[in-house]
Amino acid sequence: MSNTVTDSKFLTGSARFVESRTGASAAVKEFGRKIFPAHWSFMLGEVALYSFIVLLLSGTFLTLWFKPAMGEMHYEGSFAPLRGVEMSEAYASTLNISFEIRGGLFLRQLHHWAALLFMAALSLHALRIFFTGAYRKPRELNWIVGVALIAMGMAAGFTGYSLPDDLLSGNGLRIIDGLLKSIPLVGTYVSFFLFGGEFPGTDIVSRLYTMHIMLVPAVLIALIGVHLMFVVIHKHTQWPGAGHTEKNVVGEPVLPTFAAKGGGFLFMIFSLLCLIAGLFTINPIWNYGPYDPSPVSAGTQPDWYIGWMDGFLRLMPGWLEFYIAGYPISFNIFSALLVAAVLFGAMIAWPFFEAWLTGDHRDHNILERPRNNPTRTAVGVAATVWYLVMWAAASGDLIAVFFHMSLNDVTYVLRTLFFLGPILGYIVTRRVCLGLQRKDRELVLHGIESGQIIRLPHGEYQERHIAVDPHARWKLTAFESPAPVPARANAKGVVPRSERVRAKFAQFFFENRVEPVTKDELDAAHHDHHGEVEGGHDAELAGAGHGELPKGH
Amino acid sequence: MTSKDHDGAAGGTLDTVNGFTDPGLPEHKPRITDVEPAAAKVAERQVAAWFILSMIGTIWFIVSYFLFAPDGSLGRLRLQNAMLGIGAAIALGSVGIGIILWAKTLITDAEVTEDRHSIAGSAEDQAIALEILNQAKEESGIARRPLLRNLLIAAVAIAPLPAVLVLRDLGPLPGDALFRTLWKQGVRLCQDPGGVPEEDRPIKLADVTIGSAFHVIPEKLRESEDPLNEKAKAAVLLMRIRPEELNIEPGRENWSIDGVVAYSKICTHVGCPVALYEHQTHHLLCPCHQSTFDVTNHCKVIFGPAKRPLPQLPIAVDSEGYLVAQSDFHEPVGPTFWEIHTRSTDA
Repeated sequence: MSNTVTDSKFLTGSARFVESRTGASAAVKEFGRKIFPAHWSFMLGEVALYSFIVLLLSGTFLTLWFKPAMGEMHYEGSFAPLRGVEMSEAYASTLNISFEIRGGLFLRQLHHWAALLFMAALSLHALRIFFTGAYRKPRELNWIVGVALIAMGMAAGFTGYSLPDDLLSGNGLRIIDGLLKSIPLVGTYVSFFLFGGEFPGTDIVSRLYTMHIMLVPAVLIALIGVHLMFVVIHKHTQWPGAGHTEKNVVGEPVLPTFAAKGGGFLFMIFSLLCLIAGLFTINPIWNYGPYDPSPVSAGTQPDWYIGWMDGFLRLMPGWLEFYIAGYPISFNIFSALLVAAVLFGAMIAWPFFEAWLTGDHRDHNILERPRNNPTRTAVGVAATVWYLVMWAAASGDLIAVFFHMSLNDVTYVLRTLFFLGPILGYIVTRRVCLGLQRKDRELVLHGIESGQIIRLPHGEYQERHIAVDPHARWKLTAFESPAPVPARANAKGVVPRSERVRAKFAQFFFENRVEPVTKDELDAAHHDHHGEVEGGHDAELAGAGHGELPKGH
Repeated sequence: MTSKDHDGAAGGTLDTVNGFTDPGLPEHKPRITDVEPAAAKVAERQVAAWFILSMIGTIWFIVSYFLFAPDGSLGRLRLQNAMLGIGAAIALGSVGIGIILWAKTLITDAEVTEDRHSIAGSAEDQAIALEILNQAKEESGIARRPLLRNLLIAAVAIAPLPAVLVLRDLGPLPGDALFRTLWKQGVRLCQDPGGVPEEDRPIKLADVTIGSAFHVIPEKLRESEDPLNEKAKAAVLLMRIRPEELNIEPGRENWSIDGVVAYSKICTHVGCPVALYEHQTHHLLCPCHQSTFDVTNHCKVIFGPAKRPLPQLPIAVDSEGYLVAQSDFHEPVGPTFWEIHTRSTDA
């Protein structure tokens, strides 16, 4: 805040230097007072971005010492139990990073934990976007960029996980080899081309390394750039609330508030990851030993974000492999790739599917509360349950051991849940959403139960209800509950088949719904039960009559 | 960029939905630090303290780097790792907390409203853009010279082919690699001590007591061209079960000796080593995806995602009493692949 002459002169001087060479004032003018609404749920994407920064920094350090080569050598480092053991250079250099390089283990663990947090934050961010309808026009393309980010994040994780060439990652690669070989027609060739011949070969680590430190991060950085550019173009969405309209965005300006909070949050995420990396061991490769195709440790698990595909492999029964004219169709295996394609494909298609069935092609900058779109929320929960069942299956053996259950029973239960879980999740979520909407109606129509019992002059006892404040009421009432649009005839007076299909979907989506309270309903309710909602109290609390524009503001 | 500090009512027009009118943004309430200079002073001191703590964290990290240098022991390594982590966490976290505290107490928290504009450009801009594109079309003649345009498209379309072609040498064609292993007539079964052993430890029939199980590799593994590739195919599990418990199929009567049986250790699902042998039930369990094979019934799948039984290695005893293979496996080991039935194994 110092305004001394010398200070301002200095600033003017350097600012003039930058300005006359970059024209930075245009950027400051454009972005300096950009508005970002504040809400915890908007910080999930930030967590992902900041974890990614930690990944880039820690990963760059690791490349200084890691040797992505599979030539065999005898370990002569300081970790006694493995001294003299034959191993690849990749594994030996990972041991070297862990034991010889001061802070090397810390960087390895920081990198691995940051990857886990990156994927977790991406996933939760995607769920937030889905459940609030933030992917609707004009943000469909950015949603697709986000889906691509998740896919590339998985690719980054997989390629990095396999680099140390330890027993655990080697067995993971072997599963990938088996998965590739199951692809009809081309699988064997894909496997031989990826591994440079037979599994494990001597090429895979250096090939994955190139992917992991160059191609995949380059794509990720490009996608993140596009993602953020879209956020600037579209401006951020905002939660429904008084004063929040489709035409405005209410929040904090980039300079100084949002930049300060965001920058501080970056440091806190970095700090949290450092603390976890310092205190919690992850991937202790020295316990696993170098890759050897014969042994395997029990209770092996992939990193959490690959778990759902591994779990899917565990759930599929063997009879799904069959032969046509002597050629195998290993549907029990390669369907893991199909499931991933279905999930990602459905995510990409969803915004367009929803727009088609609702016929709603308007811009949406105000988010929907999940309860106010029960069917979408239910579909999202169903998909999440499906994902989680597969995810749990990746730990089926550990669940069986921990709870002293039969491994086979655990698998049978999860196989059943694979089909029933999403259906149950759908039904329950829909009912819960409709119930919550009814509760909202109740709240608006009858007010908050105050717990105060009053006695009326004629002797009747009543509980005093306090009317909802107009600001809160706005949030509870200002939303749309779209009715299903029936099939319409086109210009020729014919109802095309596609239109009939759309109407069926729309019917399915919106036939059960709860309408928001209208002002007329509220007035009628006040009229009918005037004793229930204390008019005087209402006015006192809200400072204004029902539904009137408050004059005091 | 029209952003303005709101003055109670939000920028733009207020909506009316379902009969209710938007009451506008709630009134901004000043914080204690906005109205009490003393409180602001306290907040300033707190922020300063966090920044100082951050410097202490940085010093902590530097000191730990030198003070707890690892000496090869795990305990020491863990100590240094924890100290570095805590130091870095304090250094970074204190900056983070300090900035956020600053933002929450001293930087203005008044909400600001910014108007949204149509994402599509104005009609005027669109018209200009269209004009530019049309002009480019005219001046380049791309529409008037379809021959050039089409040839350009064709040339660019096939230009990446060389890049794809060069990928051809990523790997050799599979050939018969998946149909043969190191096993053949007379190859001794040796114990697998892990890795690729310098010396073979062949197994005598007499060593294999009832109930025992051996992890087995072929002899002279080290002399092969790619020992790990060969081991990945040739790994075998050897078990001895009471002969009366074995249900031997016709044609395989002499593939085992006195209840000693040898099966491929490579799972027919996706290739993990089937390393868990349950002595009581004679089941083999793959720890990766829980495929379960019944050793007493030629390792047929009794549970899990695998389909094909584990291939059996026919074994015999040589003149010195060592276990040897009679031949290679009679079918490919490991995961199913497209060409699996297109040729027979060497056996």
